[in-house]
Amino acid sequence: MNALLLLIPLALLLGLLGLVAFLWALRAGQFDDLDGAAGRILLDEEEDDGKETPKSEDEPR
Amino acid sequence: MATAVDQAAGGREDGHTDDALSGRFVRRLPDGRVEAQLVVPGMHCAGCLAKVERALDAEPAVARARANLTTKRATVAWDPARGSLDGLIARLEATGFDAAPFDPRLLSTEDGARERGLLRAMAVAGFAMANVMLLSVSVWAGLASDMDVTTRGMFHWISALIVLPAVAYAGQPFFRSAWSVLRRGRTNMDVPISLAVLLATAASLFETVRNGEHVYFDAAIGLLFFLLIGRFLDQRMRAKACSAAQNLLGLRSVAATVVEPDGRHRTVPVDAVGVGQRVHVAAGMRIPADGTVEDGVSEVDTSLISGEPVPEPIGPGTAVFAGTLNLSAPVTITVTARDEDSLLADIVRLMEAAEQGRSDFVRIADRLARAYAPVVHVLAAVTFAGWLIAGAGWHPAMMAAVAVLIITCPCALALAVPVVQVVATGKLLDRGVLVKSADALERLADVDTVVFDKTGTLTTGDLKLVNAPDIAPADLGLAGALARTSRHPLAVAVAHAAADGPAPVVNDVRELPGQGLEGRIDGATVRLGSRAWAGPGEDAGDGPAADGAPELWLRRADGHPIQFAFSDALRPDAADVVQQLTASGQRVALASGDREPAVRAVADRLTIADWQARATPADKIARLDAARDDGRQVLMVGDGLNDAPALRAAHVSMSPASAADISQVAADLVFQGANLAPVPEAIDTARRARRLVFQNFALAFAYNAVAIPLAMAGLVTPLVAAIAMSSSSLLVTLNAMRLRWHHA
Repeated sequence: MNALLLLIPLALLLGLLGLVAFLWALRAGQFDDLDGAAGRILLDEEEDDGKETPKSEDEPR
Repeated sequence: MATAVDQAAGGREDGHTDDALSGRFVRRLPDGRVEAQLVVPGMHCAGCLAKVERALDAEPAVARARANLTTKRATVAWDPARGSLDGLIARLEATGFDAAPFDPRLLSTEDGARERGLLRAMAVAGFAMANVMLLSVSVWAGLASDMDVTTRGMFHWISALIVLPAVAYAGQPFFRSAWSVLRRGRTNMDVPISLAVLLATAASLFETVRNGEHVYFDAAIGLLFFLLIGRFLDQRMRAKACSAAQNLLGLRSVAATVVEPDGRHRTVPVDAVGVGQRVHVAAGMRIPADGTVEDGVSEVDTSLISGEPVPEPIGPGTAVFAGTLNLSAPVTITVTARDEDSLLADIVRLMEAAEQGRSDFVRIADRLARAYAPVVHVLAAVTFAGWLIAGAGWHPAMMAAVAVLIITCPCALALAVPVVQVVATGKLLDRGVLVKSADALERLADVDTVVFDKTGTLTTGDLKLVNAPDIAPADLGLAGALARTSRHPLAVAVAHAAADGPAPVVNDVRELPGQGLEGRIDGATVRLGSRAWAGPGEDAGDGPAADGAPELWLRRADGHPIQFAFSDALRPDAADVVQQLTASGQRVALASGDREPAVRAVADRLTIADWQARATPADKIARLDAARDDGRQVLMVGDGLNDAPALRAAHVSMSPASAADISQVAADLVFQGANLAPVPEAIDTARRARRLVFQNFALAFAYNAVAIPLAMAGLVTPLVAAIAMSSSSLLVTLNAMRLRWHHA
């Protein structure tokens, strides 16, 4: 019984962490281009030419 | 497709970028940079995506470029002092990608927000369901073994604490929709859904308070989760179709070069061109507005409007129409109609009028919902009343009624259609068919008549030299050398046919609009052009060209004329497709704006008995209306601007990816490639999809037929409800997946 008092909040907290991570990813635009994201993993990194690295857009369009 | 790019190129010729033009595409960023979106229709794979991003990044002015493969747009931010939008487009063009600036006003933010909202609701529901299930399974196990009442009570309370806020948040899409129809005294699928979720939650809360045995929290949130999946898939498909349509609109002609009274050239947006203004149209550009030619002699390609592949000559005083392509020489026109009064705009209006006719189509799921919702409510009410009359007291009666509502909640029904449609559209996309409207597949499955346009649909729309074997290779080479410099479709065809052979060197080639090409070889003049100018003269005898068919004449240095005959080649599989459609019971017809001999020749070759030549857009619509009055459902396949209204008026429509932009916007489906095979394939997939939808409905009903009597009898515990709900949803999804595995 005492174990439950610890384990249930722990389970909920972990689940909540997952939910927050997902909502953050959604907000950060990581789900905007699923087709592109699937392909990008296969692309080689460009040589660093001193430019800003392309970032995901922070503001929703 | 090249329209906007050509226009942008026109802007570049003047050597400066006009603020009035780029202002609508460009957004200022706080750091002093500017940002714009470019439509890149040719971006199909991750490799293209990398090329586009690298090409843009290589420009010194560009700070960052990010391409999106899903929407086929690239967002780019750059320093306005060091580069221009036109420069970036030119850069992409040099890499081999057509690009056009995208007007962000076309973007409806509502759709994106809705999709994100649904996804958020789905995440919340999923989280809540997973955690509540964890607790529920313990309780169900505890009921069989030795869980004490206090622990069970605590588990119920924790479930309530998770589910109540989750339902309040994730249920909103359903509650809102249900409330809005109820207020208007009607009902839809969301009414039983909302009622089931709310009643199940309320009854469970009541049970929790009085420390009862059975709570339905898991069922309430599980319903929402499954339903949100279906809703999200549906919304995503709509958004995808919508974004394709927006890209096409973005590619429409965007700029015109206005000639000021003082002779200066200025680039302005097309809709800012006023009546009476003079507009300069370079060779190879589209005419931006209806008008009359003031200066210059040229030829225009009107194939978009009339379906006629052979260009028409224009000179001072000739009326020209927006959307036609100026081929051979620059002209200046005086605008006689504003953008919204032009022939193009008339066609758009005709399209909108045609649109009204199809709005009474009701989707299968909605038709079902109209019948389903009242039945569910009656069953729940009967259960409640029955138990009361049987003397069971209001509490067990209430619980039984809630169980009926949960069991009948159309989870599997709500998944049945979207899952099948997502699988079907995904499969068609792999075959190069883009499904643009959400109900296109349902409409396509109804089709029993197919009406084709000729030029560009049954044919490739490119003229081909037909008598090449009769022409001496040396003459073909000479003609090819002359023709290479011209954009005229006949010249392009000659150059194409002569590409492999030897080519002499021809000097001083010049194009005389309406007549042909002239050049010098070894000091003698050679001509390639019209019968009157380079041939034997208007009245001389016939050659191999059929009556009225396009032809060119080559006059060699020795004065001997040689005829070049052309025809519009059929798509390679046109005959097979027509035969296949006829064999599968479709009626096939041909309606074209082209001349009668040309249409008859194609109809004969494809054995289409029902054909019509010289059909205006209104004729085509009348034809479709007549077919509808006969109770037939027509699929219209066309590509020209003149087909656009008919594409909208037909029950469902397809157009090739080479079609006029506006026709692609009007069509429900767009297919890529040189073949017509996607047409029967799409019909086949649509039929298969409909069969699967009906199978799914049957599965859902079969499950209801077993579960509802049990629920009415009060035998459905939360455990039974959870199993029944998830298994039926899973079954429906798996059944839809069969479409994916099926290979035609």
